[in-house]
Amino acid sequence: MNKQEFIASLKLRLVGLPQNEIDARAEFYGEMIDDRIEEGASEEEAVLAVGSLDDVVREILSQIPLGSLVKEKIKPKRGLRGWEILLLALGSPLWLSLLLGGFSVVLGIFACAVSVLVSLWATGASLAACGVGGALAGIILFFFRNGVAGAGLFGAALVCAGLSIFMFYASNVATKGTFSLVKKCIVGVKCLILKGGRDDA
Amino acid sequence: MDIQLKRGLLDVCVLAAIKNEASYGYKIIKDMKPYIEMSESTLYTILKRLEVSGLLTVEAVEHGGRLRKYYRITEGGRARILEFKREWREVMSMYQFVTRGDEAL
Repeated sequence: MNKQEFIASLKLRLVGLPQNEIDARAEFYGEMIDDRIEEGASEEEAVLAVGSLDDVVREILSQIPLGSLVKEKIKPKRGLRGWEILLLALGSPLWLSLLLGGFSVVLGIFACAVSVLVSLWATGASLAACGVGGALAGIILFFFRNGVAGAGLFGAALVCAGLSIFMFYASNVATKGTFSLVKKCIVGVKCLILKGGRDDA
Repeated sequence: MDIQLKRGLLDVCVLAAIKNEASYGYKIIKDMKPYIEMSESTLYTILKRLEVSGLLTVEAVEHGGRLRKYYRITEGGRARILEFKREWREVMSMYQFVTRGDEAL
């Protein structure tokens, strides 16, 4: 791919962002490619060094807030006519409820994921508390009351402590995984918004 | 590393790359490469943020028949580097406290 093709494809893939943002990004990458060529790289090598188009677009999107993308997407390209405003107002019970419904579903899924994470951490904390409390109670029981019951309780406490370590490890992995998944979903949504922008164009 | 902390550190690194003379995007990435790997996209975002904050200025200069953007540090940018150095002395002192006696372990 040569510079011209890369810049043209990049501009096309970024349709949906504000035009000045697209131009500024394209100009920046164009300058980077020119500087590499000036240093002795061939045009193809200079383009390759910038990275694949998919990676470049994904990276750009990860740095642009979702809010500004949505704002750009819903911003009318021209002033709305009277009948369009009327239609929007009359259709609001339908589109507004659909919009709110969609938003609630997304919020619900997010709340579920957060609840699962909180439950995992809480289970780990409970097991740790059982481990510490049970071990102390087991020792007291062993020496002052019933030796067999005390030993049993101490053993159960150790099992709880072991499980808590496992739970903390699992919770940590699950939390990191969820955040990474959310990040990927947001970039995916941004890609969809841009794709919509290209289709409109 | 904490994202906010990393962002602040990268901002200072880019300012340091232009503290002696005005520089352009590709040279900034090349100068930083032995210390930090930074993609074009990340650099663009940082330069934009620093420009908006008034820590650097941008000037398009003709070079070899095309325009190349040069980034020049402002007084605010220099003050940010000084602030960073002052803060870092505190961080280093905390680090020494945290790691004291580790060799004996």
